[in-house]
Amino acid sequence: MAEKPKLAMYWAAACGGCEISILDIEEHLLDVDAAFDLAFFPCIADFKTKDVEAMPDKSITVCLFNGAIRNSENEYMAKLMRQKSVVLVAYGSCAAEGCIPGLANFYDKKSIFDFAYKESPSTVNPEGKVPVPRTQMPEGEIEIPEFWDTVKTLNQVVDVDYYIPGCPPQSDQAWAVIETVVDILQNGKELPPAGTVLGAGNKTCCDECPRERKEKKIKKFVRPYEIIPDPDTCLMEQGLVCCGPATRDGCGAKCVKAGIPCRGCYGVPAGVSDQGAKMVAALASVIDSEDPEEIERIIDGIVDPAGTFYRFSLAASTLRRVQLESLRPAAAASQEK
Amino acid sequence: MAWEPKIVAFLCNWCTYTGADLAGVSRIKSPANIRSIRIMCSGRMDPTFIVKAFALGADGVLVSGCHPGDCHYVEGNYKALRRVHLMKRLLRDLGIDPRRLRLTWVSAAEAEDWAKFTTEFTETIRELGPLQLVEGSGTLVSATAGNGN
Repeated sequence: MAEKPKLAMYWAAACGGCEISILDIEEHLLDVDAAFDLAFFPCIADFKTKDVEAMPDKSITVCLFNGAIRNSENEYMAKLMRQKSVVLVAYGSCAAEGCIPGLANFYDKKSIFDFAYKESPSTVNPEGKVPVPRTQMPEGEIEIPEFWDTVKTLNQVVDVDYYIPGCPPQSDQAWAVIETVVDILQNGKELPPAGTVLGAGNKTCCDECPRERKEKKIKKFVRPYEIIPDPDTCLMEQGLVCCGPATRDGCGAKCVKAGIPCRGCYGVPAGVSDQGAKMVAALASVIDSEDPEEIERIIDGIVDPAGTFYRFSLAASTLRRVQLESLRPAAAASQEK
Repeated sequence: MAWEPKIVAFLCNWCTYTGADLAGVSRIKSPANIRSIRIMCSGRMDPTFIVKAFALGADGVLVSGCHPGDCHYVEGNYKALRRVHLMKRLLRDLGIDPRRLRLTWVSAAEAEDWAKFTTEFTETIRELGPLQLVEGSGTLVSATAGNGN
């Protein structure tokens, strides 16, 4: 029997939801098993890194890599999977755009460690110890990965062939992509050009949204818990901050159909470079005021604009992270000498 | 050589660009720190242009259009007004001093105002100093995931 193509799935800085989205393809898992041998999939089977290190280069046909690159181990694994795989896919929002782990780019290593290990109300750490990469123990030196200031996306570390957006990608979309890959492998069809976004559309979430849209004029922004939204009208017209206009379609607009504004997990639409700035464009346009003071009052109603607009894509945005001017004004000033 | 502020200015075709032109023709002195980009309307000023300008090395971004009520396209300048207000919040949250972004109204006849505003803004940026992006920031606009297809 001919050897089957090999499939791998690895998680870096991720929550595990991407793995679940693959397992959620249900009975199609049997088709995946029929088409592929699993080469590496730490979430569901006991593979070790040394097993992958021992494989010949390019011996894995497809690697679905999920998770952002937050520390030195993530980067090592990204480079290893790139070396061993023919096709490397950034699977899910973390690998593609940084996602929730990428929100740490509003801070840096020092402020994260200070809060997590010293200042948080539930922490007792009188000696002020923080993790260090190497520690001497009686048994010898032990090592943990080095934590970085900036969370990176997969394509900021290695070349990526394809992107599958979503937090997590919808299972039907994931299956559609796998089905296409199987078809390509078994029938010798051509691969799509590198850089293609798979399992999603080329428009925005609004294109899939069934809600009725009229003219948007917003006098007051509200948060989801403050109103029971009308089931048929555009959520933004009802004053909710909905990221639909600056988010790629492909999810089936599930959240907005359920009355919850789009959070933006499918990332930037085709041709857009910066999701947060695009949300500013969309949202500011519909504010119903021409008076600077009233505009300020209305936008006061948007809680945490940057965290909301960049919720899933800060690490992939144009600026990628917060700058020092606000984080540590003193440090920035001393650097300017 | 001493550091000089780099300022990218997005000017509307109908008012400020013509006003800046008039300032030049009238030989009114204005700072050479301004790099003008003509757009058809200040309402065309996409906030992605602003982050891109900062990422590529601008220390300040100026947006200037027709006075309220005078927009060639009726209400484009009001869009610019609202976008700049919201964009300042975004810049603040991204750790960039919001004073690095400024919106002004300069008509085609107000060459003196153009010189005044650009001089003022250049001085503001000079006081704020160079915008130093943290290492690991997107100093070059790279192909992000969304640019595929």
